Amino acid sequence: MTPRRRRLALVLGIVAGVSIAGALALSAFRQNVTFFFDPSEVAAGMVPAGERFRLGGMVTKGSLQRPPGSLEVHFVVTDFSHDVPVSYTGVLPDLFREGAGVVAHGRLRADGTFVADEVLAKHDEKYMPPEVARSLKRRHGDSRAEPTAPATASSGSGG
Amino acid sequence: MDWTWFHRLASPPHVYALAVRLTPWFAWPAALCIAAGLWSGLVLAPPDYQQGDGFRILYVHAPSAWMSLMVYVTMATAAAVGLIWRMKVAHAVAASCAPIGASFTFAALVTGALWGQPMWGTYWQWDPRLTSELVLLFLYLGYMGLRAGIEDPQRADRASAVLAVVGVVNVPIIHYSVTWWNSLHQAPSVMRLAKPAMPFAMLAPLLLMLLGFTLLFAALLLTRLRAEVLARERAASWIREVVSV
Amino acid sequence: MKEFFDMGGYAAFVWPAYLVTLAVVVLNIFWARRSLARSRRDARRRLQMQGEAS
Repeated sequence: MTPRRRRLALVLGIVAGVSIAGALALSAFRQNVTFFFDPSEVAAGMVPAGERFRLGGMVTKGSLQRPPGSLEVHFVVTDFSHDVPVSYTGVLPDLFREGAGVVAHGRLRADGTFVADEVLAKHDEKYMPPEVARSLKRRHGDSRAEPTAPATASSGSGG
Repeated sequence: MDWTWFHRLASPPHVYALAVRLTPWFAWPAALCIAAGLWSGLVLAPPDYQQGDGFRILYVHAPSAWMSLMVYVTMATAAAVGLIWRMKVAHAVAASCAPIGASFTFAALVTGALWGQPMWGTYWQWDPRLTSELVLLFLYLGYMGLRAGIEDPQRADRASAVLAVVGVVNVPIIHYSVTWWNSLHQAPSVMRLAKPAMPFAMLAPLLLMLLGFTLLFAALLLTRLRAEVLARERAASWIREVVSV
Repeated sequence: MKEFFDMGGYAAFVWPAYLVTLAVVVLNIFWARRSLARSRRDARRRLQMQGEAS
């Protein structure tokens, strides 16, 4: 084997290796298109029965309920065409808000309730000071700009 | 078109002298921008209406993530030039980029985890954006490992250059992961066609940090490039002049 | 002042994030300067050895 051929083999081997790694990564991402399902996909039966999956959508305004004296919470996740009721026991992340994005991980119960063991908050790319958010809300009634006081980490798990 | 400037860039003594002359012009503005960015980001910028003071992690997270991508594109471009034109200096540029890019990718991942825990409720998820950024770190580490593993410098240059060029496909994947797939990560606030999604008082510190980090990269790259060129040009007579101080 | 260091309750996340990033910046400056100093020292040593040999 001449040195030139060895170089060629080395380069080809690397290209092949990286391509395989890339293809594997991409196919993993294709499964991750299902990083979450939205309520319409759940209603259409695209979720395998009895399996764990992630449910993503908006928390319906006014749907959050906490039975007193427990960490249990109930809320409804919507994509504005279908709704899924969710029940969860545990601490909610700081950015969990009615009217904001959420990703819950768990199973669908036979009665149609999604029982979550992990709830993650999803936020949008907008940043603004509290005063601006308040005046936006006054003028447009912008549902995203809720004038809630900035949450503190002390209410979360890792303060 | 006059290509003399391009051919002069292939000459190690010319590049070395240029690097010596240019470094302070990047280093000092970088220090100024980063100092101003830190002050305005931590003190002057107002808190966010949802995240309070927690959103200030933006000012170190976004510049680190920007570096991780920008350095990779620089590295892959230099590697391609080195492969196509057989230009040794270009390979030296690519080799100088890798440790800088790897360290800022690490910073982007760590600051992202520290931001994700209080806001999203998790340090880490196997989400498209987070996973592709982790793949970028492994690309940098693979590139450095490959270079360290091949003894013959020329073969090390070429093999690692191929890896760098192949890996560039990951860059658009990282950037568009949040639009192509459902992701926990939000869409870009600044690197987008529309107007930035934040007011000036919040945007200015971010732009200062982005500019400061980019200038810092230039200064770091030039310093590392000098070291690379010196180590490669073992027998050249011009070296006597630049090290005999 | 205490309010500033408290970061609205997010101190445990904000400060480590800034610390890690600044550490990466400072280490990068240190590593780059160290590699240049090493290359210069090696080159000087090589030149000395060549000078003694000839």
